[in-house]
Amino acid sequence: MTKKSPSTINKAAPGVLIALLLAVWQGLSSLGVVPKYMLPSPADVVKAFFADFPLLVSHSKTTLAEAALGLSCAIFLAFVVAFFMDRYSLLRRAVYPLLVVSQTVPTVAIAPLLILWLGYGIAPKVVLIVITCFFPMAIGLLEGFSSADPDTINLMRAMGSTQNQIFRYVKFPSALRQFFASLKIAASYSVVGAVISEWLGGMEGLGVYMTRVKKSYSFDKMFAVIFLISAISLLLMKAIDLLQKKATPWDNLRQQEQEL
Amino acid sequence: MSKLVVEHVSKSFDGVPILEDVSLRLEEGELVCLLGVSGAGKTTLFNIISGLMEPEEGKVYLSGEEITGKAGKISYMLQKDLLLPYQTVLGNVALPLLIRGVKKEEAYAEAARHFGEFGLAGTEHRYPSQLSGGMRQRAALLRTYLFSQNVALLDEPFSALDTITKGAIHTWYLEVMERIRLSTLFITHDIDEAILLSDRIYILSGKPGRIVAELAIREPKPRSAQFPLTGEFLQYKREIIRLLELPH
Repeated sequence: MTKKSPSTINKAAPGVLIALLLAVWQGLSSLGVVPKYMLPSPADVVKAFFADFPLLVSHSKTTLAEAALGLSCAIFLAFVVAFFMDRYSLLRRAVYPLLVVSQTVPTVAIAPLLILWLGYGIAPKVVLIVITCFFPMAIGLLEGFSSADPDTINLMRAMGSTQNQIFRYVKFPSALRQFFASLKIAASYSVVGAVISEWLGGMEGLGVYMTRVKKSYSFDKMFAVIFLISAISLLLMKAIDLLQKKATPWDNLRQQEQEL
Repeated sequence: MSKLVVEHVSKSFDGVPILEDVSLRLEEGELVCLLGVSGAGKTTLFNIISGLMEPEEGKVYLSGEEITGKAGKISYMLQKDLLLPYQTVLGNVALPLLIRGVKKEEAYAEAARHFGEFGLAGTEHRYPSQLSGGMRQRAALLRTYLFSQNVALLDEPFSALDTITKGAIHTWYLEVMERIRLSTLFITHDIDEAILLSDRIYILSGKPGRIVAELAIREPKPRSAQFPLTGEFLQYKREIIRLLELPH
C-alpha cells in the first residue's frame, strides 16, 4: 500500500474539516435538533443563494464599486501621507499619534454621522471605507519605508543620490512586502466597511440586501449573503497574492548556490 | 598629483578622540592598504573620506579638489555587498550611472560591457540572491568601478568570504587591477591580505588611531599566489606585527 505524502495530507486537511463541519451542521438541521427558523441547513442556504443569484450579483456590484473606490482613495492618501512623514521627521512625530487616534474611533459610531452630512448616496460609504483602510495602509507603508537598510542608504548618498532617487531605488521597493501585507488587511476591511455603511442607509448593495432579508426573517438568505461576502474577501486576497508575486519577482526566487 | 590626499584629520565622538592627525595619500593606479586592529578608527576614517562624516580638523582632497564632508565624490564597497535585492545584477551595477542621470538603456549597455571583464558574464538578468558570495562581491566591485574609474574605497570587502573563496578572489582581484589600474584605498585588518595586495601599507594603531608607520611592499606585480609562501612575505609580516605592537 502506498502512503500519501505529508504535503498532500496537509493540503487536504482544511477542506476535510470544512466538509465535516458542514455535514454535522446539515445533520443537526435535518434531524430537527436546531429549528429551521433559527438556523437554516447548508442545503437551504445553497438553495437561497441560487434562487436570489441575479439579485445578489447586482447588489455585489454596488458594494464592490464602493469598496474599490474607497480602497483606491485610501491607498493614494496613505501613500502621500507616508511619503511626507518618511521624508520629514518633524511631520512624522506630529502626525503619528493622530493616525493612531484615528484608528480608535469606532466606525459604526461615525457612520450615521456621515450619512447625516453626506446623504444616502455613495459618498458617505466611500468616506467610511477610506477612514477604515487609510490607517493600515499608511502605517504599513511608513514602516516599509523606514525598513530600508541604512547602510544601503549611506552608500546611495556616497554615490551622490538625491532624496528622490533614494526613495525610488531603495525605500519604495523595500516597502513593497509591507505594502502588500497591509493591502490584504485593507481590502477585507473595505468590503466589510462597505457592507456596514450600507446597513445604515442606502438604496443598493449587499448591506441593504442584508437588512431587508433580516427584516423578513429569511435566515437562509442571510447566511447566503454572509458566505458571499466571505468568498469575495477570500478572492480579493488571492488576487492580491497573485499581484504581489508579479510585482516582486525577487521574493519568490529559490536561493541557488553557485560556484565561484 | 596625488589622487587622494587626507591631511591631518582628527575626529572625536562625545569628547572621546577616535582619530588623531591622520594623513595619507594615494597615487594614480596605486593600491594602498590601511591596516589596523578593530577599534582603531578605520570605519570613522572611511566615513570621513567618503564624505558621509565631517572631521573636526583636517581636509580631504580628490585630484586636488577639496571634498571634505562632501558625499557623492567617492564610492565605496563594504564587507556587506549592499546589492539591492529587488534589482537584477545588471540593474544594481548600473545604479551609479542611473543616479548620475544617464538614461536607462545607455546605463545598462555601459554596465553590461564590463560583465565579462569582472567575471560576471551570464549573471546580468539574475537577482543577487541567486549568486554566490564571491560573485556578489565582484558585482559590488564593478558597481564601485562604474561610479568612478578614479578612486575606490574598499572597506574589508572580502572579509566575509570563506578562506578558499577569499584566496580565489584575491588572485582574480590582482588580475583585474592589473588591467583597470583603479587607484584603491583598501581598508583591512587582515595582514596577509594587505601584504599580498598592496603597493604600500599604512598602519593605523592606538587609541585614538594614528598612522604609526608606512611600509612599501616592493614585490613586483603581478604577484603570484606563491608570494605568501616566500621568506620576504614573512619578513614583511614580522615587521607589521611588531609595528602593530601585537603580542609575539
